[in-house]
Amino acid sequence: MSAQLANSPVLVEIKNLVKTYTRGDQDVPVLRDISLNILRGDFISLMGPSGSGKSTLLNLIAGIDKPTAGILRIDGEDISKLSEGDLADWRASNIGFIFQFYNLMPVLTAFENVELPLLLTNLNKSQRRERVHLTLNMVGLEDRMDHYPNELSGGQQQRVAIARAVVTDPTILVCDEPTGDLDKQSATDVLNMLKELNSALGKTIIMVTHDAHAAEAAKRMVHLEKGELIDEVN
Amino acid sequence: MKIPFSYIFRNLWTRKLTTALTASGMALVVFVFAAVLMLDAGLKQTMGGTGSLDNVVAIRAGSETEIQSGVSRDQASLVESMPQVARNKDGKVMASKESLVLISLFKTGQDKGSNIVTRGVSPMGLTLRPQVKIKTGRMFKTGSSEIVVGRNVHADFDGTQIGQSIRFAQREWTIVGVFDAGGSAFDSEIWGDVTQLMQAFRRNGFSSIIVKLTNSDNYDSLVKDIKADVRLTLDAKREQIFYEDQSRALSTFISILGSVLSVIFSIGAIIGAAITMYSSVAMRTGEIGTLRALGFRRPSILVAFLSESLLLGLVGGLMGLFFATFLQAITISTLNFQSFSQLAFSFALTPKIVIQTILFSLLMGFIGGFLPAMRAARMKIVDSLRAA
Amino acid sequence: MYYFKLIFKNVFRAKLRTALTVTGLVVAIVAFGLLQTVVDAWYAGANASSGTRLVTRNAISLVFPMPVYYRERMRSVEGVKTVSYSQWFGGIYKEPKNFFPQFAIDHTNYLEMFPEFIIKSEELVAFKRDRQGAMVGRKLADQFGWKVGDTIPIRGTIFQGNWQFTIRGIFDGKDESTITRQFFMQWDYINEDIKRRFPRRGDNIGAFNIEIKDASRAAEVSKEIDNLFRNSLAETLTETEKAFQLGFVAQSEAIVVAIRTVSFVVIFIIMAVVANTMAMTARERIAEYATLKVLGFSPFYVGALIFGEAMVLALMGALIGILLTFPMAQGFASSPAGAAFAVFAVTPSTVQLQIICAFVVGIVAAIVPSIRSARVKIVDGLRHVG
Repeated sequence: MSAQLANSPVLVEIKNLVKTYTRGDQDVPVLRDISLNILRGDFISLMGPSGSGKSTLLNLIAGIDKPTAGILRIDGEDISKLSEGDLADWRASNIGFIFQFYNLMPVLTAFENVELPLLLTNLNKSQRRERVHLTLNMVGLEDRMDHYPNELSGGQQQRVAIARAVVTDPTILVCDEPTGDLDKQSATDVLNMLKELNSALGKTIIMVTHDAHAAEAAKRMVHLEKGELIDEVN
Repeated sequence: MKIPFSYIFRNLWTRKLTTALTASGMALVVFVFAAVLMLDAGLKQTMGGTGSLDNVVAIRAGSETEIQSGVSRDQASLVESMPQVARNKDGKVMASKESLVLISLFKTGQDKGSNIVTRGVSPMGLTLRPQVKIKTGRMFKTGSSEIVVGRNVHADFDGTQIGQSIRFAQREWTIVGVFDAGGSAFDSEIWGDVTQLMQAFRRNGFSSIIVKLTNSDNYDSLVKDIKADVRLTLDAKREQIFYEDQSRALSTFISILGSVLSVIFSIGAIIGAAITMYSSVAMRTGEIGTLRALGFRRPSILVAFLSESLLLGLVGGLMGLFFATFLQAITISTLNFQSFSQLAFSFALTPKIVIQTILFSLLMGFIGGFLPAMRAARMKIVDSLRAA
Repeated sequence: MYYFKLIFKNVFRAKLRTALTVTGLVVAIVAFGLLQTVVDAWYAGANASSGTRLVTRNAISLVFPMPVYYRERMRSVEGVKTVSYSQWFGGIYKEPKNFFPQFAIDHTNYLEMFPEFIIKSEELVAFKRDRQGAMVGRKLADQFGWKVGDTIPIRGTIFQGNWQFTIRGIFDGKDESTITRQFFMQWDYINEDIKRRFPRRGDNIGAFNIEIKDASRAAEVSKEIDNLFRNSLAETLTETEKAFQLGFVAQSEAIVVAIRTVSFVVIFIIMAVVANTMAMTARERIAEYATLKVLGFSPFYVGALIFGEAMVLALMGALIGILLTFPMAQGFASSPAGAAFAVFAVTPSTVQLQIICAFVVGIVAAIVPSIRSARVKIVDGLRHVG
């Protein structure tokens, strides 16, 4: 799991990105003309009041929603042109997800939850097992791998989620309010883990948050308001 | 399919009450479905086991049953002497001239009589039916007022023990034996000496004549010869076919009733499955979004939920089938509309029925779970994640 | 009242689930109603019988006839008003599946013994005058489109030959329970022909129909009649018409019991379905119930909400189901399967049973969820987000 030699430093190229929702016969613009470059190895936090479009932007970059107009190139590939099926495959290889409410499968053990993304690859059973052990070890939960999510604390569940997010060695880690449901200590642990993943393993991290404490962990801050980029702070 | 089976199975296991209720509803439907199939199969087994393909029954043309029929002595002699009729090693012709009446006996626990076929047979009668064996006691003596009763008559009706006697046609007829006819219609009959019975009822002619063919292929030529002879206004059929035809109305009735019931019941079970699956999908909207985000495609989601529903159907099906197997211990004795007499038959579980039942339960699971699974697969990722 | 408003709004919240549950209930109630009606139809003959009529048949079984001259001696028995006779003809009209009962009767007095048959006097006279005449019931005439004057060919099975009868009258029934799917012809006509061809079978009849003066003396008169023929060649068994009809039902009792049982099985199936619906609904609303409790509503009120919802669903299903049962029964009666039944009508007691079943389903389905939701602890409930 070593950092790739990049062809170009720009990993995510966003140009004139527009996203509009249609409610009945009303058009609701959520993102109006966003342009932004994210470099390989960046740790960027998207911030803004509710309704600013930060989550929408995150969803577009993660490939779980499609832009209405504009260019969205990730690692050289224009993902807005991909079919739904290809987009699913692309996500499986390139994106790791971390959600506010962990989004673990309640009927699967910690081990099985982390293994889930690997089922979409060609790895055999022992290869998968090896990777799962590795990542669970990395987040310090190897001794809890047979527990179900309802037997783990919030912080532990989020760490399992992190393990799941990195087990496929994705290019980008996408985090939507990762500390939103955690107490101060657990939040700090999670943020430290993200920092580690970014600095030691070179993972590009894009995080949506409105927690100032969380935003401090990032290297770069981007503000959105009413669907427009307001300013950038390094 | 990429989504693991443990995910599908454990989701059913987590909602135990709901799963149990839905599966139970389906099990009941499957039970009724299997029961009807088993009843019809049992009826067919009984009738099919009655009589062989090598024997031919001749009755008066236009009659539907032996009871309605009359065959004169002359006609019987003519049929007996035909070349297609077999003879045994002593040169005796293998034919039984028989006389049938219905007598009324009381079923244990009932105060209303039921019609029982009482068959006067010739000495050859027992030989022509190798599946009939004396179980207890002995065969009646030719020329006496002794009778033997079939095992179903012995089991279900009052006054049918060996040593007891039944009174009809101004005579007492003593029961000297119980016979076992291998689950065929004869088990519901009483047999006696044809000459004695005809005397008692002042009859001059027989009801029917049963002959054994020298060769099973001779059937067509025997039928042709009988038709060609104007003195013989008789219809002839293979014995097995003759009895199968006699139960056709009852069999059709059971089949139609069963089909209608199964369709109606399955609607209820399918609705139950649909409600359960819709709820399952609604409760796991967030999970569905997460799986899609991780890269699992729509078809995988569809298959996962459909599998859950199929599994539900399978569980219900196996439960229902399990309880249905116990029905095999029960014997039904009821009126066969066509012959107007009692017929006893059982529930028969055949491999074909097991397969049909399992397929039926899977089908219910499929239909019930299809639309909910479609709903799960069609969800937009962002909407499902937001709803979580 | 706020309570009812809440219940109705909640019922229609999850439209699809409500629609599915009510559909299931409707199907079950209709199925139950139809099956009960089939059972009732089986007893149609017994229900249509009269207390002042007796039936005499050969003691051995119905298939044995008795000499017709027995009637002379029967007339002399104290308490007997009229003695008539009838013979099951059992013929085939075109095809076996067109089955309907045919009786060769004593044309001089049989029909008058049945006041529930409404017959035009001129048609009755015409029937008595024509040896080959036939008197048919309204339902039968309607089924085949017969009119007075039509010639009906019937192939005999018990009485061989191809017979022709001319319809001289069509009778109506007093009410729904009267069996008008019947065909009557003159026994004299049949007997004359049979005597010619098979002399030994002539002058024998299958059943005597006797009208008595006093219904309370039915048992004694029956005994007296039977005593007349004890130790003769054809000993008799005389019983009330109702007992006679019930005898037929008893012979196929197994099937009747099976159908009755199955009709209740369908109710159990739907009970499972509705119980499941209510359980799921209650579980999803735990947060709401907790909130109501916070606001001050009593546990009883909360439990009553779920209970009320279940009852509304059950009542909706019952109402629609009962309304649908009638046209469905009509449809079945006109189909080939329904033709086998002399009478096929939904009785008030069936409707009562349907209502009771719906209530029971609603109550049973609601019990566990309403107790659970009444008991929910506020703290636990509020934490249950979504």
